Amino acid sequence: MTERTNDPGLSAKAFRAENANDWCAGCGDFGILRAIERALARLALSPDQVAVFGGIGCSGKTPYYLKTFGIHTLHGRVLPFATGAKLADPGLTVIAVGGDGDGLSIGAGHFVNSGRRNVDLTYILFDNGVYGLTKGQASPTLRYGEQTKAMAGPSTLAALNAVALALAAGYTWIGRGYAYDVAQLTDLTEQAIKHPGLALLVVLQPCPTYNQLHDKDWYAGKDLASATSRLYSLQAEGYDPVIDFGADEAFIEQKMAGCLRKSQEWGERIPTGVFWRNLAQPRLLEDIVARQPSYATSPPARRPIADERGQPLANLGKCFAELSVGDD
Amino acid sequence: MRRDQEELSWRVGGPQGSGIDRVATLLGRACMAAGLHVFTRREYHSNIIGRHSYLDLQIGTQPVGCHREFPQVLVSFEAEALCRHLEAVVDDGVVVYGAQDETTELNSLQFLDARLKDHLQRSLAEAQLPATAAGLLQRAEQRGVKLFPIALTELIEQLGTDSEVGRRRAARAINTVAVAASAALTGLPQDALLRSVRTVFKTDVPTVALNENAVRCAYEHVAQRYGSVTARPWLQGRTVDAETICLNGSQSVALGKLAGGLGMQTYYPISPATDESSYLEAQDDDERGAPLVVQVEDELAAITMACGAALTGARAATATSGPGFCLMSEGLGWAGMNEVPVVISLYQRGGPSTGMPTRTEQGDLLFAIHAGHGEFPRLVIASGDIQDCFYDAMQAFDYAERYQLPVVHLLDKALASSSQTLARFPYRDRRIDRGARMEYLGPDSAAPQRFALTESGMSPRPLVGQAHAQHWMSGAEHGSDGRVSEDPEVREQMMDKRAHKLDQAAREIPLAEKLSIHGDDAAALTVLTWGSSKGAVLAATRRLNEEGIAVRAIVLRLLWPFPATELNALLSDVERLVVVECNHSGQFNLLLTQCTGRGADHSLVKYNGRPIGSDSLYLALKGVYAGGAAPRLVLSNDYD
Repeated sequence: MTERTNDPGLSAKAFRAENANDWCAGCGDFGILRAIERALARLALSPDQVAVFGGIGCSGKTPYYLKTFGIHTLHGRVLPFATGAKLADPGLTVIAVGGDGDGLSIGAGHFVNSGRRNVDLTYILFDNGVYGLTKGQASPTLRYGEQTKAMAGPSTLAALNAVALALAAGYTWIGRGYAYDVAQLTDLTEQAIKHPGLALLVVLQPCPTYNQLHDKDWYAGKDLASATSRLYSLQAEGYDPVIDFGADEAFIEQKMAGCLRKSQEWGERIPTGVFWRNLAQPRLLEDIVARQPSYATSPPARRPIADERGQPLANLGKCFAELSVGDD
Repeated sequence: MRRDQEELSWRVGGPQGSGIDRVATLLGRACMAAGLHVFTRREYHSNIIGRHSYLDLQIGTQPVGCHREFPQVLVSFEAEALCRHLEAVVDDGVVVYGAQDETTELNSLQFLDARLKDHLQRSLAEAQLPATAAGLLQRAEQRGVKLFPIALTELIEQLGTDSEVGRRRAARAINTVAVAASAALTGLPQDALLRSVRTVFKTDVPTVALNENAVRCAYEHVAQRYGSVTARPWLQGRTVDAETICLNGSQSVALGKLAGGLGMQTYYPISPATDESSYLEAQDDDERGAPLVVQVEDELAAITMACGAALTGARAATATSGPGFCLMSEGLGWAGMNEVPVVISLYQRGGPSTGMPTRTEQGDLLFAIHAGHGEFPRLVIASGDIQDCFYDAMQAFDYAERYQLPVVHLLDKALASSSQTLARFPYRDRRIDRGARMEYLGPDSAAPQRFALTESGMSPRPLVGQAHAQHWMSGAEHGSDGRVSEDPEVREQMMDKRAHKLDQAAREIPLAEKLSIHGDDAAALTVLTWGSSKGAVLAATRRLNEEGIAVRAIVLRLLWPFPATELNALLSDVERLVVVECNHSGQFNLLLTQCTGRGADHSLVKYNGRPIGSDSLYLALKGVYAGGAAPRLVLSNDYD
């Protein structure tokens, strides 16, 4: 996020577009939408400083319900679209949203390679274990042997672990929230946006229509002997995700092992909160400025290319000189 | 004879990685310093080191824009080059080669294509000559080719001793020795080549010294061995001044993009498109800003990231080849649906699939026009030569922003890797057109309608990031507010709106931007072509016109929307129409027939991965003129 604060008076409602919403009643998407609105308001951004890019699926419709710039992209490609806008106009606050199928299956190549770039944007992954809009097929986070109601048999594919994958790929902020805990989710969304590199926020989210396995009651642990929620907060238990600038390799390695262990917890106890906050990793936007100082003041979106008569401002003199046949 | 005083075609062949490009630059620069125009064409395998590669250098007292299949001078520093090219050398041509290669047996050449090896062995056996390079040389000599063996092995030995660098290091200058020997034999002044060495190797002192010695060594050897024999008369040139530039198609496209205000380019490495992005990446930053060049994970990301940048108002582009363009199809559709001005430089190569990555083809014309599911407008332009590459790349952004759509700029391997001497492009008097933009909006303005219905079809464009201009966009069908709509009437309106922009483009773009006409309409033959075949068509028709055979050439630049109205008018009285292009099915001819109802009387195609040269096209057109030629003619290369 860029520090470009506006009038701090805006409320969450200022980000809400009153368009008819066609998500199913009880869908976890609503909680995520509310958390985004509130986080943007808390950050005192104005709607025209924010661009929200959506993938394809129920989650991909999120931009329509926000008053920011809203771009509904292609299945799996939300990250490169969002990255393109951010690179061209680094002053924008850019948020990408998409489902777990969008990001981890058809968009897996972009999911991984975005980690290598570490561009300052926020990626919110709506994780409900199913492809809802195509009526309930298994998505990449559904575990081996699980069978949701639209499936003909149990899943024969293993699940991908988004947190572990993001860690390996180089994401510099990784968090996980729960769609029905809007207070915690708002806080996590705010942190993710404020993080100066690529942030992945995984949101565990019941799909009331197709995923009968991981519903509200399941997350609440009603089936457990203890009858206590499966979800717990990493930070409440003292887990420290931070790697400061300049941290040494040995420290990072040890932290990674800890984070990876936490990412594997599932079943009766599921961690939420911040898994990873790595400030030691180089950031693409800063590397670009180091290489091309003009980028800081004149990024691609804001660059004048013609004078008032429309004549090009480019100066090819140096290129022509290099290509000229005369002796240097 | 007159032609010999005006042009000279030189072919240099050797193993990939042995510095063919470097000697081409040395020789090219020396020629240019001597006031001559140069056109070079490169052929190479998809290989890093060792496979045969070669270069054609066409030198002229006047600008030259095409290679010839039959070289007048062949310089070889490997036996394989002799096998591949000796038979192509003209009867009164000259061959300069390493004497050590004479004993090489054809059988020992593992990379020589079986078909060619077979053919050579059989014809040598018939002529009762040994199946060695010496046999081939003898046979060439029998038809008048002049042979100049050079003691390359001994010269390298001597160069190593004289330069005190040893044999191994000296061997790296074998290319310079061979080319310098050919230069000495054709009368190129030694000074010109020495100056060229200093310019090319610049501050690399040991390399300058080694190559200077290599040049001197070769000139001395030629003087000792051949005395004052001159293989060919040197050309008298004086039309190239120091302001002239020499560049290849990739560089020309890159410069055109810079002139057009390129803000961001994305790419995924692919032959033969990568050179353009690498050239852009190497640009120094200045106060106005070098473009941001981003190497991405694949072409899916390349096109979508460029779209993301374009939405913010940056002039954005990507460069790729056929296989990459396949992956871009979905992003292209999104750009069409969302009216995104984005430019795709499509360097065609031999397809389908991996095809022939380092060979040329004009095989993606119909694909470029039709790529993507559903129907959406896009503009397709094709460059015919290296100068066109510049202006087309520059103007592609204007079309993209004026009509708010993706523009596919068709190029190919032949253009990308050929280079040419040209005058500097006077680009500053061109006008940049950024299309209709949404004006400044106040805090209380109504939300902008990104896809507002207008008479022209173009909606004033709000940018992502523009103050108070938040709007929606979608790859799903949408209303004028950019939100999903499946209302049947809205669907019709939006389909009409997008399609209408293309009608508008067809009406507004002037004739001179659609096609160029060379020659008058009283000609006996009209030759229609597009893309990189332009060079051969113009060179061959000039030759025919000099012989009194009137031929008119029409070169298409705008391929979509197809200039049917203009072509209908131009072709109404044409008796014999020939279409020339580098693909198997005659794609342009198919398009022409589809759009005008008139097709070629003779479709001349070539699809072996090599560009059309002026010699073979000249002969083919002469055959067509004489009458009785088949409706489909295939141009080939027997040896390459």
